[in-house]
Amino acid sequence: MSEKLAVNGDTAIAMAWKQINPDVVAAYPITPQTIIVEAFSDYVHDGQVDTEYVCAESEHSALSICVGSSAAGARVATATASAGLAFMWEMLYIASSMRTPIVMAIANRTLSGPINIHCDHSDAMGARDSGWIQIFGENVQEAYDNTVMAFRIAEHMKVRLPTMTCIDGFIITHALERFEPLEDEAVKKFIGRYEAVRPLLDLKNPTTYGPIAMPDYYFEIKYQLATAMEEAVAVTRKVMEEFGELSGRKYDLVEGYHLDDAEYVIVAMGSTAGTLRFVVDKLRAEGKKVGSLKIRLFRPFPAEDVAKMLKGKKAVAVMDRAMSPGTGGALYSDILQSVHDLKDAPKVTNYVYGLGGRDVMPGQLTEVFEDLMKGRGKRINYMGVRV
Amino acid sequence: MAGEKSSELPAGGMITEAGSSKKYHTGEWRSQRPEVDKDKCTNCLTCWIYCPDNSILVVDEKMAGFKYSHCKGCGICANQCPVKAITMKEEGV
Repeated sequence: MSEKLAVNGDTAIAMAWKQINPDVVAAYPITPQTIIVEAFSDYVHDGQVDTEYVCAESEHSALSICVGSSAAGARVATATASAGLAFMWEMLYIASSMRTPIVMAIANRTLSGPINIHCDHSDAMGARDSGWIQIFGENVQEAYDNTVMAFRIAEHMKVRLPTMTCIDGFIITHALERFEPLEDEAVKKFIGRYEAVRPLLDLKNPTTYGPIAMPDYYFEIKYQLATAMEEAVAVTRKVMEEFGELSGRKYDLVEGYHLDDAEYVIVAMGSTAGTLRFVVDKLRAEGKKVGSLKIRLFRPFPAEDVAKMLKGKKAVAVMDRAMSPGTGGALYSDILQSVHDLKDAPKVTNYVYGLGGRDVMPGQLTEVFEDLMKGRGKRINYMGVRV
Repeated sequence: MAGEKSSELPAGGMITEAGSSKKYHTGEWRSQRPEVDKDKCTNCLTCWIYCPDNSILVVDEKMAGFKYSHCKGCGICANQCPVKAITMKEEGV
């Protein structure tokens, strides 16, 4: 029988790590991720896990230690946010290119400046092209569930890619919510034993990790990432199905809400997806044909799933909690290319919102639906900014 | 240019055999090739001392030409030769 607890998102992730018992955790604290590594270091101190916990002197070092440990044959986890993730930038590409299936929790926090510790997705968006799988969670339960699933996805033999599980800084990392963990044994059985591929510590089969690749090989090695990401779409779907059978919580790469007969749809990632369902319910009660679409898997981008969900819709607004100055948000581009080949593709507009932790109010999302229904709104909009 | 397809290479380009660098002929990077005029060469082996890639062939303590598989064409041998017996020639012309 599972217990019901009230914990914050960071603690839920630390609890998942405790059950997973990784061989190595190397990390450097940064708000709003710090609770994860603090809680986990308690488990290490109290002998509740066998993990080798390495306090690194920086995030660059932390991820370097993770890469080396993973290559050596260890199951590895770490966590960071914002500037910490930015400081890992060089090693992110090394981790994916070396196919080290590290699982990293990201407590989404904006990038300075102006200096700010609150939520937006600009840290994760900066890592968008680094070859890491990126999964976004909406609440505390998903923070935990995505962490457990991430190990299965990352370590799958057809994938072998590092994976980020992202949750909104403070909104999820620090908020208490009701949450149901799985039993320890159920988690252990679900993730299984870690199978290292050609570990460095296998002295009978010497292996060189991360060798130089000049123009005659580099492109072929990079293409492997493209094919592994393609595989990751089907693998993630399968893992989510299996997890649903185990937990009773149904998960998919993308999730529609009241989409079947909806004419107007808002797309969002992270905690905003919950606010959005509240707004959809409110407008549905008024008889409006509205729906919402939550993106859980952001990289690889499940374009076919998105196209299926948005087929036949009149207008779609894409909420981006990060911006690429000079163009819209990254999610907007992905949604546009997903619906591009549809017959009578919906009109798609972009709303950059919530930067630096600015709250997202139901009334604002209602206005976005009003924009869609009345054909208002520019191609790229900045929701709630004083101009 | 190597011929293996992406799918034929180990994941992440890892190298799964020891000593494989012997097969990597860095001499392919060369744009100029050293050639020796044995009529001028005094077999002083200054070139052998200076070559950073161990690409000077020595037979019976005499300079016997170049091992081009790993000669990158840096030209140090030609520059150091006291009797100007080594000259650099353009590759691929």
